[in-house]
Amino acid sequence: MTDAVRNSAGESRFGLGPEDKPILVASGFVLVILAIGTAYTLVTQGSATLLSPTYLLQQLQVGAFLGIVAAGMMLVILLGHIDLSVPWTLAAAAMMATAVGGGAAIPVGLAVGLLVGLVNGFGVAYLRIPSMIFTLGVNAVMRGLMVAHTGGFAPQTAATDLMQWLAVGKVLGVPAALLVWAAISVGVVLLLNRTATGRYIYAIGNKEAAAYLAGAPTRRVIITAFALCGMAAGLAGTLLAGYSTKAYQGMGDAYLLPAIAAVVIGGTHILGGKGRYLGTLIGVILIVLLNSVLSIMQMPEAGRQVIYGGVIILMLLVYGRGQKVTQ
Amino acid sequence: MMEVSPGAESSRPDHVALRGVTKRYGGVTALEDVDFSCALGSIHAVLGENGAGKSTLIKIMSGVVQPSAGEMFLDGAPVSFPNPHAANDAGVVCIFQELSLLPDLSVADNISIGDPPRRFGMIDARAQRRRAESLLARIGCEDVNPLLNVRDLPLSRRQMVEIAKALAKDPTVLILDEATSALTAADVDRVFEILRLLRDDGISILTISHRMHEIEAVADRCSVFRNGRHIDTFDQGARSADEIVQMMIGREIAAQFPEKQQTPHPDTVLEIDHLSWEDRLKSVTLSAGEGEIIGLGGLDGQGQKELLLALFGVLKGVSGAVRIGGSAVALTSPRNAKSAGVRMALIPEDRKTEGLMLPMSITDNLVISSLDALSNGLFVDRKALETAVDDGVARMQIKVGSVDDPVSTLSGGNQQKVVIAKWLLTDPKVILLNDPTRGIDVGTKQEIYKLLRALAADGAAILFYSTDYEELIGCCDRVAVMYDGAIVTVLAGDAITETNIVASALNIEAQDAAKTVAGGPEATP
Amino acid sequence: MNTATGSSDLRIRIRQNAGLLTAIAVFLVFYIFYNANHPRGFSNAVLIQNSNEVFTLAMVAMAQTVPVLLGGLDLSVGAIMTLVNTLASHVMNGSPLQMLGGALLCLATGALCGFFNGCVVVFGRIQPIIATLATGAIFIGIALFLRPSPGGDVDGDLSWAATNDLLEVAATYGFAEGGEAAWFQPIAWIPVPLLILIAMGALVWLPYARSVTGRTVYAIGSGEGAAYMSGLNIERAKISAFTMGGFFAGVGGLYLALQTSSGNADIPQAGAYTLNSIAAVVIGGTSLLGGAGGAIGSIFGALVLRTISFNFRIFEFDPLLQPLFEGVVLLTAVSLGALRVLRVRNTLELFR
Repeated sequence: MTDAVRNSAGESRFGLGPEDKPILVASGFVLVILAIGTAYTLVTQGSATLLSPTYLLQQLQVGAFLGIVAAGMMLVILLGHIDLSVPWTLAAAAMMATAVGGGAAIPVGLAVGLLVGLVNGFGVAYLRIPSMIFTLGVNAVMRGLMVAHTGGFAPQTAATDLMQWLAVGKVLGVPAALLVWAAISVGVVLLLNRTATGRYIYAIGNKEAAAYLAGAPTRRVIITAFALCGMAAGLAGTLLAGYSTKAYQGMGDAYLLPAIAAVVIGGTHILGGKGRYLGTLIGVILIVLLNSVLSIMQMPEAGRQVIYGGVIILMLLVYGRGQKVTQ
Repeated sequence: MMEVSPGAESSRPDHVALRGVTKRYGGVTALEDVDFSCALGSIHAVLGENGAGKSTLIKIMSGVVQPSAGEMFLDGAPVSFPNPHAANDAGVVCIFQELSLLPDLSVADNISIGDPPRRFGMIDARAQRRRAESLLARIGCEDVNPLLNVRDLPLSRRQMVEIAKALAKDPTVLILDEATSALTAADVDRVFEILRLLRDDGISILTISHRMHEIEAVADRCSVFRNGRHIDTFDQGARSADEIVQMMIGREIAAQFPEKQQTPHPDTVLEIDHLSWEDRLKSVTLSAGEGEIIGLGGLDGQGQKELLLALFGVLKGVSGAVRIGGSAVALTSPRNAKSAGVRMALIPEDRKTEGLMLPMSITDNLVISSLDALSNGLFVDRKALETAVDDGVARMQIKVGSVDDPVSTLSGGNQQKVVIAKWLLTDPKVILLNDPTRGIDVGTKQEIYKLLRALAADGAAILFYSTDYEELIGCCDRVAVMYDGAIVTVLAGDAITETNIVASALNIEAQDAAKTVAGGPEATP
Repeated sequence: MNTATGSSDLRIRIRQNAGLLTAIAVFLVFYIFYNANHPRGFSNAVLIQNSNEVFTLAMVAMAQTVPVLLGGLDLSVGAIMTLVNTLASHVMNGSPLQMLGGALLCLATGALCGFFNGCVVVFGRIQPIIATLATGAIFIGIALFLRPSPGGDVDGDLSWAATNDLLEVAATYGFAEGGEAAWFQPIAWIPVPLLILIAMGALVWLPYARSVTGRTVYAIGSGEGAAYMSGLNIERAKISAFTMGGFFAGVGGLYLALQTSSGNADIPQAGAYTLNSIAAVVIGGTSLLGGAGGAIGSIFGALVLRTISFNFRIFEFDPLLQPLFEGVVLLTAVSLGALRVLRVRNTLELFR
């Protein structure tokens, strides 16, 4: 055998292969949500608001914050870990960025995220503390630091112009936040598919002992993934502060669970080792659209939560059934 | 398929019988139209290569999987076991190769796990303990405190607990799937004694083992399987070992081992200088020359694995020095061991958990150790990666459908080839092998032997630990026999004989060993 | 080798329960220190107040323990607690019989939520952490539906009696001569929440842990494949574990309604209870990998967490620094597990 056979699907990691059922299902579900929402607006308002490019772009702009958090979270979940410190990493980055202000605001926000990520990575990679519990502790510490820093109130400092522009500004009609998200996405795709670190992430998520014995720099990779996740949360925090013109307590609370949900809905295995970024992207879009359709329908919070939970279970049931057949 | 030989003992009635049993997994037929029976109150050994269908056979008998076709009879009555529990209830109990003990529970909990003694609906801890003590006493393990967590027991003791646990279910048919593979010779003897006792109590015992001498020592009857078919059943002793091996592989055994190099090895590649670790390695000193294959022998668990792990930087707190090509190297991590100045490779003990990321593709597994070399700057060079994969597949002649398939779809032998190919891509100077042929079919074994010789000819120094002393004799230029963490003897050339290895392994004088071997082959490792 | 002696039995038991014993010791040190520095330290009033403050978290921590023993995690315990809390704010009033029915309904609802979790995990083959993330949203949604804004109507007498000592229970309901009977005095001081907590541990948890099903839960956490091979009923044990978790969370929610005389579908509070429950479980010596530990440890884990806050209170610590110090204590507590790493001489053991 001179040349090994290669699957066409495996060749194009950006295309859809047979194992990408979750991505197909999630995409289908996005269409279903759009259809239901459009039918609703056609009946109630007589217009297909949901399908207008302006509206969609606006939704994606809001979704960018979640998308950036989810991109970072995915790296950590692929390792078989989880980062529960996202809420207060995000808030701390926003608060520090607005506190510093000026040109240093965004670098400071990113640095806060990086620092938290490095601490998380150190705890998980070197101290070998389960990420679930270590990042939980780090989250509590960050919250404590921010309460001490702000006195428990929303800080009075405002987001810088650049932060606000990145969050709500537009380039040729495209929201800047969306472009930031797109840039992050390209970066993550390249990282996962084209770099050694990306392959190591999958390898560690599958079998850390095997990756270690193969000479992979397992600790460095774990720390890198957590650092990137922290930086993603930090970036989302600075953008979100720009969006609301200031930082506030608990601003990150609404991002943790949806980010995990988006990653998992996109087909990434919660125990690590398996998943594609395209899925996470679609997972984020699904959650964002679901939220916006529900708000168009003026669904009360109670109904939203139930539908939200129901959708996640439903989708995972569909994936699970598929897995059973293939085994 | 041959008929059951006429010499078969007919005085004992069949206890368990299978008729026309077939098992398919998807498109793969693991067992095909098997007629098989096991007589009441006998020890019956099942032999065969990997993939011969032995495991499937016992899985069907113990209710883990259900046959696609065919029937099973117990004491002449048809039975079917939808799950292991049903099999246990009918008196068929299996001790699987992968231990089924729960490490976080106590010995007493484990022994009674299936049906613990209860009072008022709650588990009666005292009765459970008494039961554990009496069962452990029955198999001569009074020294195990039933309160201890299984996690805190050494491997050999765990196997004994496993047997006690099986006995707690009051079996009439006891199935052992390579139950002795993790045991030392002394423990194996003990297990055999227990088996004979149980047989005399009227329990029928079915055992699978790869160790011929163990089967000779304990079995009453033998059955050979090949490619999912039952080939023959005969009384132990009715066939010679050669005949049995021929039945197993279905062809004559060619010269199993490639010829050794007769040239000396003047250039020292690897020097191990007074290496010690905890109480498991005691001042090990050894050196390997260019092109030399050094075997590590001895009973299982005498520090051979630890020596390899220490060299590879996995163990912490190792004292002593290691020099490669004359310069001292630090043993800090596998990554360091892989690095340019050291160029070491380790084929680990357990390919499924230490060697491979099973769900990942063959490509990903092949290149995992050489990703850094295949990267130019930030990104992995795809061309170079594909070349490397083709190279690895070709050099090891790995039989793959597509290199993008998960490595778990390959057979055991081909999986092991992937592990080896992965390291060949790093072009190692020193190759450490931790029992690389365990659970591998004969054909692949021979390929591995040839490969080792070829690598040695290319100048690599090879440290080869094997639990199979035939391999050591056939493959190695020298054999370092370890006992209790230290190297007791280094055998070379014609001195590498079974007698000498066994003698050193037991740490006794050669003459005594010769008697031991003659007197009881089961005493060998 | 003589390992079968009595003293070695004791040593084995101590080693097997090291986590629990450490949690108890830490709690005692903190709590005695707290009382020693409290102006009304070692008084019944302080004890009553403390048991009230710790009860709900202790129950939620017990609830979290059972799925953790399986090797899973239940992110919905706070939500179940909240759901039952809002339900209780509707049904815990009226005639005694109605209230009894209401209480039973609350407990049944908690158990039912847990049962639902178990079914999703077992039959849907979804990882517990993600399944309960989703069901938690559903439970919170129902809670919001039941109680869109905080409020409710809880029987005042019952609320008073349930959050005080037995003396007040007797005085409220007029038995044991209004609590003055001589025979009643030795037990009159016991706070009701403490009594319920002990009852939950001794009458619900311990029998469960010692049942075959409870043992199976430990077995699954220790090794699911081996547990299956041992012929254990995996599915039943998993569903029972989540149901048990839902029940404990329900008890916590019901009590919170009595304590606050209201229901509140507070999402951040639900999240905080869930996260603190995980911390309590870990501090209480239960392995997040499953198989080892127990709900009694988690009670002490919750006690440790709460006692730390008590200490902050009496030292007039800058309240703004309190969350920080709580966070640092939490992080330090969980980092103690890292000491294991220092002892590991074979790196491969780290990956197991």
